[in-house]
Amino acid sequence: MNSLLAAGTSPEFALPSIEYRLISPILLVLGMAVISVLVEAFVPRAHRRVVQLVLTFSTLIVALILVVMLAGQRAVTAAGSLAVDGPALFMQGTLLVLALMAALLVAERGVDPAGDAFAARANALPGSIDEREFTKRGWLTTEVWCLFLFSVGGMMLFVTGTDLLILFVALEIMSLPLYLLAGIARRRRLLSQEAAMKYFLLGAFSSGFFLYGSALLYGFAGTVDLGGIADAITANAGQNGLLIAGTALIAVGLFFKVAAVPFHQWAPDVYQGSPTAITAFMASCVKVAAFGAMLRIMYVALGGVRWDWRPMFWVIAILTMFVGSIIALTQTDVKRMLAYSSVAHAGFLLIAVVATNEEGLAGAMFYLLAYGVATIGGFGVITLVRDSTGEATHLSSWAGLGKRSPWVAGAFAVFLLSFAGIPLTAGFIGKFAVFEAGVAGGAGWLVVAAVLASAIAVFFYGRVIVILLFSVPAADGPTVVVPSSFTAFAIAAGLSLTVVLGIIPQPFLDLAEKASIFVR
Amino acid sequence: MLPNPYLPIFALGLLAFLFACVSVTLATLVGPKRYNRAKLDAYECGIDPTPQPIGGGHFTIKYYLTAMLFIVFDIEIVFLYPWAVSFEALGLFAVIEVILFIVTVLCVYAFVWRRGGLEWD
Repeated sequence: MNSLLAAGTSPEFALPSIEYRLISPILLVLGMAVISVLVEAFVPRAHRRVVQLVLTFSTLIVALILVVMLAGQRAVTAAGSLAVDGPALFMQGTLLVLALMAALLVAERGVDPAGDAFAARANALPGSIDEREFTKRGWLTTEVWCLFLFSVGGMMLFVTGTDLLILFVALEIMSLPLYLLAGIARRRRLLSQEAAMKYFLLGAFSSGFFLYGSALLYGFAGTVDLGGIADAITANAGQNGLLIAGTALIAVGLFFKVAAVPFHQWAPDVYQGSPTAITAFMASCVKVAAFGAMLRIMYVALGGVRWDWRPMFWVIAILTMFVGSIIALTQTDVKRMLAYSSVAHAGFLLIAVVATNEEGLAGAMFYLLAYGVATIGGFGVITLVRDSTGEATHLSSWAGLGKRSPWVAGAFAVFLLSFAGIPLTAGFIGKFAVFEAGVAGGAGWLVVAAVLASAIAVFFYGRVIVILLFSVPAADGPTVVVPSSFTAFAIAAGLSLTVVLGIIPQPFLDLAEKASIFVR
Repeated sequence: MLPNPYLPIFALGLLAFLFACVSVTLATLVGPKRYNRAKLDAYECGIDPTPQPIGGGHFTIKYYLTAMLFIVFDIEIVFLYPWAVSFEALGLFAVIEVILFIVTVLCVYAFVWRRGGLEWD
């Protein structure tokens, strides 16, 4: 960036040194997303779905292999704008694993008799003659896959960027496709479009906060580079309004993305209205990406003023944990309940940000993985419980599901136990790691509050498990559809990862610990 | 005793809040309200608006497609101008970057063309 600016004033232009190997996973995903647009343009409609599926899955798998091959690298590249380090690679890997699982849910077309989960043609009015015609012809909105890949690419960039401008661009690449994906559900389209509208408006609003904060930090430090901002803070130890205001605004922008209270109001509506497979993708991957960026900004750039921002994070974390857990208690819709549960999880993760130590970073990375796999599994189960109008998400219709489909209800119960943080599930290890880091980082009282909030959370997850397994089934209750192997595989992967991470977490914890140093 | 350093921030917040409340209230109280037909019409740069479906209804999506296509090319020009001006200094690297950029934009254009976005009817 600086070298580009300098080119205007002096004749010599310093070529940015870009190590393409280090950023190959991101380049691959974004490049394939462009190819995927061309597939939409030139491949006949009949073959598009197959081509897109092959393209998406092979891209994600190859990118995952590339990330694994890069393990252990620590370097800043692309003119100091991308930091390929332990946390970046760990979270890229997490994102790719979660994106693969979410892609399996998106690919499912066996559970809805009318086709997949997306509108036959998104621009036709719901219920119009056009739409009926498109549905009859069996048309599918295969653009879902381009949008999906672009979003994954943006997320990978968001956890890697070490420059406020790159972070902003990544934030937009990640978010814009998601706004569209949220609005094209085949069933309950108006709810879905409402969700997309709300998500778009609040997302744009929060991007504005982030951008304004970046501008103020640039005003303070004279650079958008995170390391440069840290240096400026060290050099200029006094109070500075630009720095404090910039920090607060950037934090607000990120709080919106992770759905922390009081910036969470969009989450329940958007999670409920979006196609469930997309909700799974949003709830898991956006949280990973946003926390990745938040940890990097707060640790690398603003670690020097942590005594100023920590009180704010304390308040937000406590509010988020309690409001999320308490409001979740009163929900009667399964998707809304999981939305509030994800709000509460954002609160627990904020403890790791407050901790500002290596344990906090490692704990957060493990927590995000554990939370992500259980989230995708949980939403995967929701796609299967259906009645004649689509998914039956009202909690009362889930009563006694365990008697009719013990496997599906059992899997859902395991995911809920993991959310609640019960031992022998991944969620317990994640919570334990984060709480431990919080105590080590001098946030003991915050951890006490977190334990109290967890107790409330255990109560509401327990309530759902009781309804699922021990109450009398409703006579005209929903049926559990037998999915194709896509969804079955996603749920099985979520289930086995949740259990494996809970029983033998050590290799993963070691990996997270080894990866827990930011390069700058 | 020194005043709290956060005091100016709170003062600014209070000022912003008051300004928002006061200006909205004031506008509803003292602003003139004269309604006429033209004010309710869709604005299309001053020409007579394209007839809408009976009962108002939605704007067709083709307006948005045209607008977005315009923005895509607009942004492309925004990037091409600085490059063209300092083409000599930037050298081969920038040429390759710009070609990559144009190819990416062309992919989008190809998508719009193939999916019928360029046909008005």
